[in-house]
Amino acid sequence: MGELRLMKGNEALAEAAIRAGVDGYFGYPITPQSEVIEYLMSEKPHERTGMVVLQAESEVASINMLYGGGGTGKKVMTSSSSPGISLMQEGLSYLAGAEIPCVVANVVRGGPGLGDIQPAQSDYFQSVKGGGHGDYRLFVIAPASVQEMSDFVPLAFDVAFKYRIPSLIVSDGLIGQMMEKVELFDPIPRLTDEEVIARYPWATNGKPKGKERRILTSLDLDPHKMERHNWALQEKYKLIEENETRFELIGCDDADYIIVAYGSSSRIAQKSIQLAREKGIKVGLLRLITLWPFPKKPIEEFVNKGIKGFLTVEMSAGQMIEDVKLVVESRAKVEHFGRYGGVIHSPEEVLEALEQKLIGG
Amino acid sequence: MAEITLQDIIKPENLVYQKTKLMTDKTLSYCPGCGHGTAHRLIMEVIEELGKENDTIGVAPVGCSVLAYEFMNVDMQEAAHGRAPAVATAIKRLWPGKVVFSYQGDGDLAAIGTAETIHACNRGERIVMVFINNGIYGMTGGQMAPTTLPNMKTATSPYGRDIDMMGNPLKMTELVSYLPGTYFVTRQAVHTPAAVRKAKRALRMAFQNQIDGKPGVSFVEIVSNCNSGWKMEPVQANTWMEENMFPFYQLGDIKVDGKLIDR
Repeated sequence: MGELRLMKGNEALAEAAIRAGVDGYFGYPITPQSEVIEYLMSEKPHERTGMVVLQAESEVASINMLYGGGGTGKKVMTSSSSPGISLMQEGLSYLAGAEIPCVVANVVRGGPGLGDIQPAQSDYFQSVKGGGHGDYRLFVIAPASVQEMSDFVPLAFDVAFKYRIPSLIVSDGLIGQMMEKVELFDPIPRLTDEEVIARYPWATNGKPKGKERRILTSLDLDPHKMERHNWALQEKYKLIEENETRFELIGCDDADYIIVAYGSSSRIAQKSIQLAREKGIKVGLLRLITLWPFPKKPIEEFVNKGIKGFLTVEMSAGQMIEDVKLVVESRAKVEHFGRYGGVIHSPEEVLEALEQKLIGG
Repeated sequence: MAEITLQDIIKPENLVYQKTKLMTDKTLSYCPGCGHGTAHRLIMEVIEELGKENDTIGVAPVGCSVLAYEFMNVDMQEAAHGRAPAVATAIKRLWPGKVVFSYQGDGDLAAIGTAETIHACNRGERIVMVFINNGIYGMTGGQMAPTTLPNMKTATSPYGRDIDMMGNPLKMTELVSYLPGTYFVTRQAVHTPAAVRKAKRALRMAFQNQIDGKPGVSFVEIVSNCNSGWKMEPVQANTWMEENMFPFYQLGDIKVDGKLIDR
């Protein structure tokens, strides 16, 4: 059993970064995730593992530091909250285009604009539909506990390096700020420079003797070459959809209705399905772990089994519901419920919405 | 007396100049007469002469020199517009033993990337920043740059840069010289053989500073022409540059070994 600690989600993310063998963290403070860089600075990771931690002048600089650092084959990471993540969209597009692995964490807060500093899930579209320009995807994973704020860091890096894709960890102010017990994984040593050079021949860390130099770019002025590059990206994304989709089913075996939720909303919905069963309503929970790739298969199976309806529960005006509807294709009822702008729904509100929109309606 | 043939001349002992192997054989994408190609060559010559071809990572900008990585035969990254100093910062921080340089034009370094430039300089990143200043946006077709001179005509200041309406030209190099994080700041040109030799000396000093672990940025501005953007013939552009650019962007060292030069 690993070391047990009571930690904030943001602190767990930061500790996990050190333990995951991250070489560089580049960040800029923003509520509600400033604890990440505060924790890192106070832990002196340069002494613990040799990890570099740098407070950049902006989120724009942070994400471009990931481009530079990730482009040399090093494990690099940043974190921010919604307005800061918006500033990173240009960089994410370039990272995806140049196929540079890195991990970005978004501790989502209410929007649009400056919004507020309370939890929200209204960055779903931005996360999974490509917040920047061009045809690209990120590997998007949504922790629902402080434990997963820790566990998903090494996982996000594994996928990022396996496929040369930026990974995005999407939590929210609730998970970032709340304290829970967390079992920390054993530290993974940082790779040595020699190991990085040997493992990632694409990385630009000095032209190897007697070999061709490397170029990392997202540019090709020849449209046919650019189309071929895009085809290769799409092939890769298909592979990720096949291999890296993750979800969890809770109480779905005998369910008449399915709640689809992720992150904080999935925690709240767990209580809602319990309350529903106390009233004799058979409700199950499909908890999305990856937001992209989107777990289409379980939804397809529910439809084939003749489920009576889906309720998507998100702290947004209804974003993830669009992906559920794309799978359901009008073969079953799909409704949305959620409080947003920084307001968190209660389990009772969710149950009430389910009764009104799916059963009563 | 026997006739001297070409074969008699092409001998190793007669070799006085050779293209650096760190320039690729690709045809430069720059307009005839442009200074970019010379600036590229000087940087690559310096890296070769310092024996750092296997330890160098360059960062290319967006602008005319967006394809710099096609010509510079070392490991290269292509940065987003203006972000090269941030990209270079991380590379150097994670590989402190390597040689890292950024190469940017005036739109890239002095407009959209102003924050990244100022902060990389102010943090004292141990990198070389090369800044090509031709007072205009070349690649997009000759629009006004932050460095465009007063009354200078461009596609977006067709009646001349009106200072009241369009603001003043920005002397980025003087500005960064006042920051404690710059170690060496100089302004050079590459339009004559004498200027080329001086510019190369400056670049060698900049890279040597980094190799020696000197604290801070070595910042080399090269005032260059843009005959296409200025709508002049190459020779005419060089004369115009001497008569108009150099009085405003005065050539020479501004800061050496971390100390401002009394100019």
